[in-house]
Amino acid sequence: MFGKLSLSAIPFHEPIIMGTLLMVSLAGAALLGWVTYQRKWGYLWSEWFTTVDHKRIGVMYIIMALLMLLRGFADAIMMRGQQAMASADAAGYLPPHHYDQIFTAHGDIMIFFMAMPFITGLMNLVVPLQIGARDVAYPFLNSLSYWLTASGVVLIMVSMFVGDFAATGWLAYPPLSELKFSPTVGVDYYIWSLQLSGLGTTLSGINFIVTILRMRTPGMTLMKMPVFTWTALVTNILIVAAFPVLTVTLALLAADRYLDMHFFTNELGGNAMMYVNLIWIWGHPEVYILVLPCFGAFSEIIATFSGKPLFGYKSMVYATAGIGILSFLVWLHHFFTMGSGADVNAFFGIMTMIISVPTGVKLFNWLFTMYRGRVRLTVPVLWTIGFMVTFTVGGMTGVLLAVPGADFVLHNSVFLIAHFHNVIIGGVVFGCLAAMNYWFPKAFGFKLEERFGKYSFWCWLVGFYVAFVPLYILGLKGMTRRMNHYVNPEWQPYLVVALIGAVIIMAGIGFTLLQIVVSVRNRAENRDLTGDPWGGRTLEWSTSSPPPFYNFAVLPHVEELDQFWADKEHKRAYKRQARYADIHMPRNTGVGVFMGAFGTAMGFALVWHIWWLAAAGLLGMVGSFIARAYDTDVDYYVSGAEVEKIERARLVPSQKLVDHVDPASAGQKVA
Amino acid sequence: MSSSAITANHDVIAHGADEHHDDGSKTLLGFWIYLMSDCLIFSALFATFGVLANATAGGPSGKELFDLPYVLGETMLLLVSSFTFGVAMLNMHAERRNKVIGWLFITLLFGAAFVAMEIHEFAHLIHEGAGPDRSAFLSSYFTLVGTHGLHVTCGLIWIVVMMDMLRRYGLNDAVRRRLSCLSLFWHFLDVVWICVFTIVYLRGVL
Repeated sequence: MFGKLSLSAIPFHEPIIMGTLLMVSLAGAALLGWVTYQRKWGYLWSEWFTTVDHKRIGVMYIIMALLMLLRGFADAIMMRGQQAMASADAAGYLPPHHYDQIFTAHGDIMIFFMAMPFITGLMNLVVPLQIGARDVAYPFLNSLSYWLTASGVVLIMVSMFVGDFAATGWLAYPPLSELKFSPTVGVDYYIWSLQLSGLGTTLSGINFIVTILRMRTPGMTLMKMPVFTWTALVTNILIVAAFPVLTVTLALLAADRYLDMHFFTNELGGNAMMYVNLIWIWGHPEVYILVLPCFGAFSEIIATFSGKPLFGYKSMVYATAGIGILSFLVWLHHFFTMGSGADVNAFFGIMTMIISVPTGVKLFNWLFTMYRGRVRLTVPVLWTIGFMVTFTVGGMTGVLLAVPGADFVLHNSVFLIAHFHNVIIGGVVFGCLAAMNYWFPKAFGFKLEERFGKYSFWCWLVGFYVAFVPLYILGLKGMTRRMNHYVNPEWQPYLVVALIGAVIIMAGIGFTLLQIVVSVRNRAENRDLTGDPWGGRTLEWSTSSPPPFYNFAVLPHVEELDQFWADKEHKRAYKRQARYADIHMPRNTGVGVFMGAFGTAMGFALVWHIWWLAAAGLLGMVGSFIARAYDTDVDYYVSGAEVEKIERARLVPSQKLVDHVDPASAGQKVA
Repeated sequence: MSSSAITANHDVIAHGADEHHDDGSKTLLGFWIYLMSDCLIFSALFATFGVLANATAGGPSGKELFDLPYVLGETMLLLVSSFTFGVAMLNMHAERRNKVIGWLFITLLFGAAFVAMEIHEFAHLIHEGAGPDRSAFLSSYFTLVGTHGLHVTCGLIWIVVMMDMLRRYGLNDAVRRRLSCLSLFWHFLDVVWICVFTIVYLRGVL
């Protein structure tokens, strides 16, 4: 009836896990109680959970990402604590099996459930606004993608309390991840949570490619597209080209574990190195999937706050596309030590060095954009400058690792850990937080408070270096990654310093949360009535903040790259229309939520071999999808009169402003 | 400036009104992209099969197992089903609803016969002791061919749904759009099968 599931699956004997469970249950119950008390369930359901509005889906993605950042960071600081303690005779406080799950979960959560939702959320929020569209190409599919990602989150969170999670490292290399060596359900949780969220990611990749290719506003040719949208386009092409390979790889691992097949086993002809190749054919493009939209966000930010057009727009586009293509030609540098021979290693080493060239082009473009600009040192700009320094350091250690000879020494050492955190924190995390500060007023109609934003930035920046420079040194001293315990007491001081760095980063995260809370409380002071708080250049700033659900009452007409900037320069912005046409909009639907719930049930059932429930979950998913196909009432028209009423209300404050604000210095005061 | 701005805006409004009549081209483009991602799933499976084709681990090889005339029969069923689907599409363009349903039904029969033959082949192999757990070669064989078979099965379910929709709604825009997607899907599976036939069976036996 319940497959392998029994009460003993709950780790009652683990005080740390039980304590966490207690905390999570209490917080969850408090939240649910509060929502119930406020009678907000109906509102949440009809306005948020069932929404097909790309802006709200984007916000929900980012909330999910921030929550998962907390979970992933909790894992991180537990590891740092363990390594700071477990020297020589001390065993630390985390038993090996628990510690192994923590570093696995840390990697998976940060990549799949923090970074991916964050950039998907940003693309959702920004791309349709930047290209002057009213929604994405397939609004229902967009909602479905979100709920599939959410079901992955549910599974990975449940794994902490029911059963265990993979103890294999974030990519679950076989043969360790095979049934013989990982007989518990941990790897199964890993497989199904990633498969569900990966499906959602692939679908949203398709959705955004079509949106960007087919829904740009009249006049916006590809080379008049804002840079962020360009990076989003390339990222989504990479998603559609790379995620199917992940799906296959995990499916083959599942076939080994569930159907006794022999793709990657030690026996009967299996080939474990094939898994490593396959997963990195997905995995290397994945890092560019994460970082490219952040490059796009930095480009928008630096142009806006320098008050200048982006330097070298075309080279930026070509560099982005070049990185997209090259990202498929470097995967083997993750395992030079496999022994493919000097020729193969040399090829991939050289390709890796070549891929740093377009990234360098971008860096110079940002610098030249700032050159002779009037740079306003706002929070997004601080993140951007912090990124430029940090990412460059990370890029250089990467080029060092790209030398196969050096890699043989540093492979799987904490030098590597320091390197990829250097680029992922410096690139993706800084990028996401910069973008959040930059586009927050667009989403909510008020700005984020500056002071705590700056505190957060400085804590992250300083904390990052304090936490990871010691790891570079330890890597050169020969410390390998994923150690639960080490015998060399000489390493301990470095690891204590690294722990201090992690604590500083924790303060940074705390300040970000505080920043959000304080900004919500003081939102009246930080209201953005113009829709254009920073003196923006691209179309998303031409509509109100938050934009009406239809984004644009009249689709803007684009003739140049920074259309909204030009409109302001020529006093064409904020024109009232003579008449408004009816607007065609999609209706909200709960089918995405149901399919996500059925998907969660199916994934959970597959983990625990509860076959009837797995079948029911699958049937529910397929059934809901077919039922949706029979639903003919999926859209409606907003009447022109209604649009006019909404537009009149929003243009009143901005009409007053547009008369006396010089666009060059519009927006907030220099900080 | 004002007069030109107004004209431009009128164009925009006119364009906006046009947008309401989605000709389905957006959906078709998206479906093409989906097919390409599916194509990548198959390419990864083909690559896996290529790597493991000789990893028989002392078990039977393709040469000993595959019965070419039988597989040729399967191939013919699928090819004919593609043809009958094409006839259904011709009838869709000629607005003959009942003929579309009829030809879809014929396609369904051929497709179902293909799946039945494949299941029979699999059952036979497993009965012989050459199941997917016997060797890496057989794992990759069963997975590649089985994934194709699962796709065909999904296609069959889709055909049944479309027949029902045709009966209820006739040839409206949504039904046409979905039939066009299904048609792409069905022919795509044909192309994949040609590759399976060539790379798995012919290469294995000859």
